[in-house]
Amino acid sequence: MKKKVISLVLSAVMAAGMMAGCGQAQQAAPAADAAAPAADSTEAAAPAADTGSAGGGKTIALVTKSAGNAFMELLANGVKEAVEAAGGTLIVKDPSAATADAQITEISSLISQGVDAIIVSANDENALSAVLNEAKDAGIKVLTADSDVAAADRAVFVNQADVNLIGQTLLDAAYDLAGGSGQYAILSATSQATNQNAWIDAMKAAQEADPKYAELELVEVAYGDDEPQKSTDQTQALLQNYPDLKVIVAPTTVGIAAAAKVLQDQGSSVKLTGLGLPSEMQEYMGTDDAHSCPYMYLWNMIELGNLTGSTAMALANGDITGAAGEKFTAGDLGDYEIVDVNGATQVVLGPPFQFTPENVKEWADKGM
Amino acid sequence: MKKKSFLAKLTGSREVSLLLVLIVLLIVITILSPTFLAPANIAQIFRNNALTFVMALGMLCVMLTAGIDISITSTLAFAGMTIGLLQKYNVIHNTFLLFVIGTLIGVGCGFINGLIIAKAKVAPIICTMGFMYIWRGMAYVISNNNWASGADVAGFSDFGKDGSPGPYVILIVVYVLFFIIMKWTRFGRRIYAVGSNAEAARVSGINVDRTVISVYTIMGLLAGLAGVLSVSIYASAQPNMQYGKEMDVIAACVIGGVSMNGGRGSVTGTFLGALIIAIIAKALPLVGIDAIAQNLVKGIIILAVVILNVVTQRMMDRQNLLRREM
Repeated sequence: MKKKVISLVLSAVMAAGMMAGCGQAQQAAPAADAAAPAADSTEAAAPAADTGSAGGGKTIALVTKSAGNAFMELLANGVKEAVEAAGGTLIVKDPSAATADAQITEISSLISQGVDAIIVSANDENALSAVLNEAKDAGIKVLTADSDVAAADRAVFVNQADVNLIGQTLLDAAYDLAGGSGQYAILSATSQATNQNAWIDAMKAAQEADPKYAELELVEVAYGDDEPQKSTDQTQALLQNYPDLKVIVAPTTVGIAAAAKVLQDQGSSVKLTGLGLPSEMQEYMGTDDAHSCPYMYLWNMIELGNLTGSTAMALANGDITGAAGEKFTAGDLGDYEIVDVNGATQVVLGPPFQFTPENVKEWADKGM
Repeated sequence: MKKKSFLAKLTGSREVSLLLVLIVLLIVITILSPTFLAPANIAQIFRNNALTFVMALGMLCVMLTAGIDISITSTLAFAGMTIGLLQKYNVIHNTFLLFVIGTLIGVGCGFINGLIIAKAKVAPIICTMGFMYIWRGMAYVISNNNWASGADVAGFSDFGKDGSPGPYVILIVVYVLFFIIMKWTRFGRRIYAVGSNAEAARVSGINVDRTVISVYTIMGLLAGLAGVLSVSIYASAQPNMQYGKEMDVIAACVIGGVSMNGGRGSVTGTFLGALIIAIIAKALPLVGIDAIAQNLVKGIIILAVVILNVVTQRMMDRQNLLRREM
């Protein structure tokens, strides 16, 4: 009797596993050209796929923020395209957690593996300093993309968009949606998130700099920790604490989706904008009252990846060193120049891209 | 017996002392944020924390047998990610079927936990720690770095939408069911018996192993259910969903007076414990505590409530002793 029960349950589990497998098999097709995703299988899979074409080419490593991050997956796809187009090989390392510790572990193993360049999307501005310098001493070129570290610890930062430009764009969006005056709030990621803090500071600075925004009032910066549940609580609290709130700006992809759902479910008149992924936000975009987000911004993560890959190859080949004023060609994207922003050298992809109800589906279908 | 003083009554039941704590908490919060007890806000408290409420019941059963399960949010993520992907790739869109599949995955995960703990005698915290990584890892592997988002789970997410009765119905059903099971069924009594004294339970003819396997399976079932609920409520499935939230569930039980040593705890206490956790989560951003200090305050409140509970418990034990001496 007991054995029967056990075998019954086990077969149920297997059946469930098979169903899960179905889902996976179907998704494998569109993602076939993607860099191998799971944290530890990457090492073997990625280089093996390219040994034929590389022919003495450079080996580039990309350390993402963490595994299971769709945003990072797009970046990795873009980097892979560019690196392979230039005859190199890409290794993608997805740390198991979105922490600096996990990244340090990955970078250390890459140093002993002896790659030509390491690209990091940093989880912490300062904590990676020691290990990145260790990499530099080992003759490895170090660059950052999407999220930077201190300027001294890397050769160059591939920036999605200029910080001040993002701040200005988001502020203008809040100004526009609020109708020129009234209260707005910011829903951010964690209180330590490097990117979000820089953008929020830029928003504040832009607001102070121009009397045009005098009627606009930033009532609170709330932190949803990039967690749906906490972001939901925080959004609801904003609505409750500020009955006159007109706009919420969420410069984080998880936060904006959570806030969009809260606003839309409640039929709130508060409007939402910020930085979001089209695939996550498709449901919530529209100019009518039934939708919470009239427009939002982001950059093309695949192009950011392309530019990052080209920059990494140029560094590895010795075409550039990461100094301000150097120029290089990034494939189809055209020519780029390294610029100096407050003593830190950067390559800037371009202005943030605006997603509207009209174009959001097109981009979502592209996998963004 | 009827002469029992008011004070004795108050300290005589942990549930009542918890209720007092809850009332004090609510008074403080209402002073700071007058609209806190508005019906819409109360509804949000239950909806936003439905996962904690549901999983706390399973944790109650597990802790009653002196065990613990820290793999629950990994099971949740595995089940949630699976049903998210089933929709993303247009395999299944039937809400009922998705609930069944997610819950069954949970049952499977929990059953394996129970089997290893009962038969191989692995300490619960070690075994479930292993599965914490394994199920979370499975969620990552099947997700293949993809998320299921709002558009993918459209339709299904109507079940958990703000204003839909779905999550509330599930909460009421599981709580009523568990209240009955734990109080009035032989199975419920067996769980208490195994937790109070496993040897005595064995001697009196209870199949201890089977009971242990059952409680972990129940825990898995509820974690799977919570996974489905999570996808429905937040309209999104990510492999890192609810990461670290198992501690909220354990905290809810501990606040609710469930003993880590087994044998002691109730559905009512668990409900109140989960409610306190839920109220804290909801109130912290509302009462104007600085965002970066919110976790600090949360920890202090949890500890304060637990200490208060321990003190009441001790007073109660002392009174029982006194009574016996007379």
